[in-house]
Amino acid sequence: MKNTISALLLGTAMVLSVASVASADDKTVKIGVLSDQSGLYADLAGPGSTLAAQMAIEDSGLKAKGWTIDLISGDHQNKPDIGTTIARQWFDVDKVDTIVDVPNSGVALAVNNVVKEKNGVYINSGAATSDLTNAQCTPNTVHWTYDTYMLAHATGQALVKAGGDTWFFLTADYAFGAALERDTTAVITANGGKVVGGVKHPLNTADFSSFLLQAQASKAKIIGLANAGGDTTNSIKQAAEFGIVKGGQKLAALLLFLTDVKAIGLETAQGLNFTETFYWDLNDKTRAFSKRFSEKMKSGAPPTMVQAGVYAGLLHYFKALEALGGNPHDGAKVVAKMKTIPTDDPLFGKGEVEANGRVTHDAYLFEVKKPSESKGPWDFYKLVGTVPGNQAFTPLDKSTCALLKK
Amino acid sequence: MQALYAQLLVGLINGSFYALLSLGLAVIFGMLNIINFAHGALYMMGAFVAYFLLNLGGINYWWALLIAPVIVGIFGMILERTMLQWLAGLDHLYGLLLTFGIALIVQGVFQNYFGSSGLPYSIPDQLKGGVNLGFMFLPIYRGWVVIFSLVVCLATWFLIEKTQLGAYLRAATENPTLVRAFGINVPRMITLTYGLGVGLAALAGVLSAPINQVRPLMGADLIIVVFAVVVIGGMGSIMGSIITGFALGVIEGLTKYFYPEASNTVVFVLMVVVLLVKPTGLTGRAA
Repeated sequence: MKNTISALLLGTAMVLSVASVASADDKTVKIGVLSDQSGLYADLAGPGSTLAAQMAIEDSGLKAKGWTIDLISGDHQNKPDIGTTIARQWFDVDKVDTIVDVPNSGVALAVNNVVKEKNGVYINSGAATSDLTNAQCTPNTVHWTYDTYMLAHATGQALVKAGGDTWFFLTADYAFGAALERDTTAVITANGGKVVGGVKHPLNTADFSSFLLQAQASKAKIIGLANAGGDTTNSIKQAAEFGIVKGGQKLAALLLFLTDVKAIGLETAQGLNFTETFYWDLNDKTRAFSKRFSEKMKSGAPPTMVQAGVYAGLLHYFKALEALGGNPHDGAKVVAKMKTIPTDDPLFGKGEVEANGRVTHDAYLFEVKKPSESKGPWDFYKLVGTVPGNQAFTPLDKSTCALLKK
Repeated sequence: MQALYAQLLVGLINGSFYALLSLGLAVIFGMLNIINFAHGALYMMGAFVAYFLLNLGGINYWWALLIAPVIVGIFGMILERTMLQWLAGLDHLYGLLLTFGIALIVQGVFQNYFGSSGLPYSIPDQLKGGVNLGFMFLPIYRGWVVIFSLVVCLATWFLIEKTQLGAYLRAATENPTLVRAFGINVPRMITLTYGLGVGLAALAGVLSAPINQVRPLMGADLIIVVFAVVVIGGMGSIMGSIITGFALGVIEGLTKYFYPEASNTVVFVLMVVVLLVKPTGLTGRAA
């Protein structure tokens, strides 16, 4: 009898204690950085994205306000099945609330579904596909840094208007390449240009000479590179070798990162036009952040646009958490809060999270400097134009996102 | 038709890399019975050594062609002395696992220090530019790669099949005890052979440095295709691997023209077909 009473008391105490935990503000949150840690996108995202996330946690000041923030990272190896497996394990076993980064559009779209199913938060910085905020949009997704629509419009429009009205595409044969080619083609035809041909190459191709010969034979004025990372650097390097630019054709690197320019070298990359939403040497704020960042990077590299997006995206996420005051485990609710606060951070400036999850901020047209113009090891870009945030991304009335049809 | 000629030529260029690499693999397999999965990592090391020679020592491409294979070859011989030699006589699987592990370690170390997007290495001034052949613009450097690797391949074949030294080597593979009885130092010969195979990989690495990025994973991406080339050509057959290397480069080039999406897989489809029809490879003998 005595035992029964004490057991009952113990049980009651346990129920009460659990209840009291739930009723108090739960201020613990766990973030997973899911990236390509060792493959072709590892330099532009990878370990640098994890570092950016750590810096965002430190700079948010939430820890001083009683929050516990845990960070883990994973390697999706550019394989959608591995990406979704990690995401599921994170939500089910590790109790992760938020997944950030996820470069590679194929993996990003697969993870997008998992996050929605588990009602987490998804702040994508690394992937390009505009489908994340159009056909595939979810109430749990925020797409921070850039997308194929923005790349196509900024770079594509500028080149067509400068007289590049016939195009040939070298397209990476997966979700990203297809989306980028589709979005750019729309811009070209809308501006009176024409696509005369194209070729789809497998992801991670070492030799582009066959494809470049086809591009050369097409006599198109512009050869659009709808690929990324190592594929882009190899195409640019080999295009120089085959005398394509000297022959009068122009290369349009639709997606080019700082680390790619470093890998190609200014000698070959000079004069390339492309678009990014962040560059370390834009203003005092970006320089200050980049200095702190590169001091912590093993390679000493400044942040790429993707890594900057991880930092800024998380800062905005933390603002929403602070506004909510606690209980951060209902992903859709957190993202809804993120959409009500205007974005404002040192790296991307002012903008907003639109109803479809798209973040808008200014996009910059850059040109790669000549070797003689470069003053330092990472001094690569010359700013040639700015597209205001409200014009750079898909207008809401053209977005096919189901969230907008209410 | 013009486009076709161009694709054939481009195929030959890629084929010369396949030939150089599969030749090294064939030499090592033929003489040491080791399936050298570290070959891709050693090819990558060749390119990196060339990069270091240029950027740290100011030593140009031409010297790198000579020095890099020697340095990487010595590294290979150390591997053979310290690790691989203990596997002699064991199942192939052990050598495969060991060399695969070595490849992962070497690639991991390079990736840790140099990232994944690679380092630039430019074409030597003497080989810059190109010639217009009428049907295509041929970069001089690519033409050089085809001719140089063809010469190296034939020289290696000659060394092993037609010289006294090659005869010793082949005899040592058949019956090491008997060859030793003639007073020939068989273990040293095997070490040197491994060094030669590895040197060929490093040479291919130096040749490819100006074309591709000098990247830690450059070998990993290539080695699987090269293994398919060796399997198609017949394991251990020197001439077989040279011919198959060039032929597959051409076939891959044509695929890139007619159906680019399949260009990564065409070699493996061929491998399956060859294995079904003639399991010893096109030029291999039955065991």
